[in-house]
Amino acid sequence: MKQFQYVRPANQQGVLAAIAQPGTKIIAGGSNLVDLMKHGVMAPDKLVDINKLPLRNISGISNGLHIGALALNSQVAEDQQVKTKFPLLSQALTAGASAQLRNMATVGGNMMQRTRCPYFYDTAMPCNKRAPGTGCGAKEGFNRMHAIFGFSDKCIAVHPSDMCIALAALDATVLIQGRKGTRHLKFTDFHRLPGTTPELDNNLAKDELITGVEIPNNNFAQHSYYLKVRDRASYAFALISVAAALDIQNGIIKDARLAMGGVAHKPWRLTTAEQLLKGKPATVATFEQAAQTAMQGAKAFKDNAFKLQMAPASITEALTHAAGLV
Amino acid sequence: MEDQNKGFEAESNLQPKDNPRRDFLKKSSLLTAVALTPAVAVKAAENHLDEKVAAVFEKLSLDVTVNGVAHKLSVEPRVTLLDLLREQLHLTGTKKGCDYGQCGACTVHVDGHRVNSCLTLAMMVDGKKVITIEGLANGDELHPMQEAFIKHDGFQCGYCTPGQIMSAVACIREGHANSEAEIREYMSGNICRCGAYPNIVNAIQEVKNGGQKV
Repeated sequence: MKQFQYVRPANQQGVLAAIAQPGTKIIAGGSNLVDLMKHGVMAPDKLVDINKLPLRNISGISNGLHIGALALNSQVAEDQQVKTKFPLLSQALTAGASAQLRNMATVGGNMMQRTRCPYFYDTAMPCNKRAPGTGCGAKEGFNRMHAIFGFSDKCIAVHPSDMCIALAALDATVLIQGRKGTRHLKFTDFHRLPGTTPELDNNLAKDELITGVEIPNNNFAQHSYYLKVRDRASYAFALISVAAALDIQNGIIKDARLAMGGVAHKPWRLTTAEQLLKGKPATVATFEQAAQTAMQGAKAFKDNAFKLQMAPASITEALTHAAGLV
Repeated sequence: MEDQNKGFEAESNLQPKDNPRRDFLKKSSLLTAVALTPAVAVKAAENHLDEKVAAVFEKLSLDVTVNGVAHKLSVEPRVTLLDLLREQLHLTGTKKGCDYGQCGACTVHVDGHRVNSCLTLAMMVDGKKVITIEGLANGDELHPMQEAFIKHDGFQCGYCTPGQIMSAVACIREGHANSEAEIREYMSGNICRCGAYPNIVNAIQEVKNGGQKV
């Protein structure tokens, strides 16, 4: 690991001043960053430890729930308010990583985690995300885990988070603090597609800090389900994951939220399928129709063509579970 | 607690002297360090072994309580909690398996929560309480989970065992040991390449069902 300096500012102003300097990187839980630094994928000159900031609380707000950026993944997953109001988020968090890592990883850090594309991690290989302009090793390489939506000529990596898939489905908002003030970003606008600049995972500026996320109240708690399909039963990244949430009244779908993981550079919200579900009976036939709609525009590479079948099957499965039909 | 710490501290003090293999490893890592570091570091290293090599780099003060013993330390920011425990405090019960957060062999408790010490920077446990496998027993009296692992043969080579046991204790404390399926899910961060999983599950279930205090 390259040498670096370490600072632990006592307050938010101190953090914002520190991260404005070049070569700095925020550390919260460190579960991804320390790993990347050991691999030599990231080599900051200075780490800014933000753990002194009072951003760990989970608290009810007038229209929903506020979760501090430093709330631990395990803390959020076990929180009674989260379990009651947004069980989808609790399920997604529990599906991610291991119990040890969930005790380290924070909400903000989970959002900031980098792709697990093996070409990004292997410093001997080309990767436009790690070293812009070197090319993409995955496009013609081993691309079993890679994207089927929203990729570009420069990058076909996927975002690895489970938590983010649930937050995208739940219409969450990201709270961001900069030196000039606060701004709010829709969760679905936080992460970005690779385009010509895959080195940028999201729309957070270098000198900005995530302070929390807010989830608005909804009527999905009774009918939501997070499905994660992976190579082993636990502790593996998703091949496909689906966050499904339904508001069903008298057998009719009043409202729906759907997002998919393991398929794109960002949490992939399935708005067309959501629209199709509205007003329809909550049946497997409806869900299959929605799944087919969701797959429009999907395109596979050499090793991940199986996702073209696995993704719609997973959408149907998740919706069927959410509706309580299994 | 007091007695346990005393016995434990004494043991950790003895360990380096009594272990020629570790001494050899330390000396050979010094030679590597000498070969790779700039002249000023070499000069420091010539006089006082490898701990001093890092002194030419920035060191920060760290207060941490490990197994009930308060330590005032000075560490380079790059040092992980795992390396601090093994190399500076000579608590070699905590194992380095993958060193990338994938195997769980390095599992310890920080302020009561199980974490991967390989991905935890030592500076980030400043002011916190760490418990390692060495801090689990009460003197010569093994922790119930240690007893259960022995009874159920919860290991073969034993390398993953300290991490498995730290994780198993946390699993029960967290309330996630209510069924075999739940135990397997919440123990998934600890890999055992000998495949002792069924016996590990049996050990955890016995402690859980026995209602002993963990």
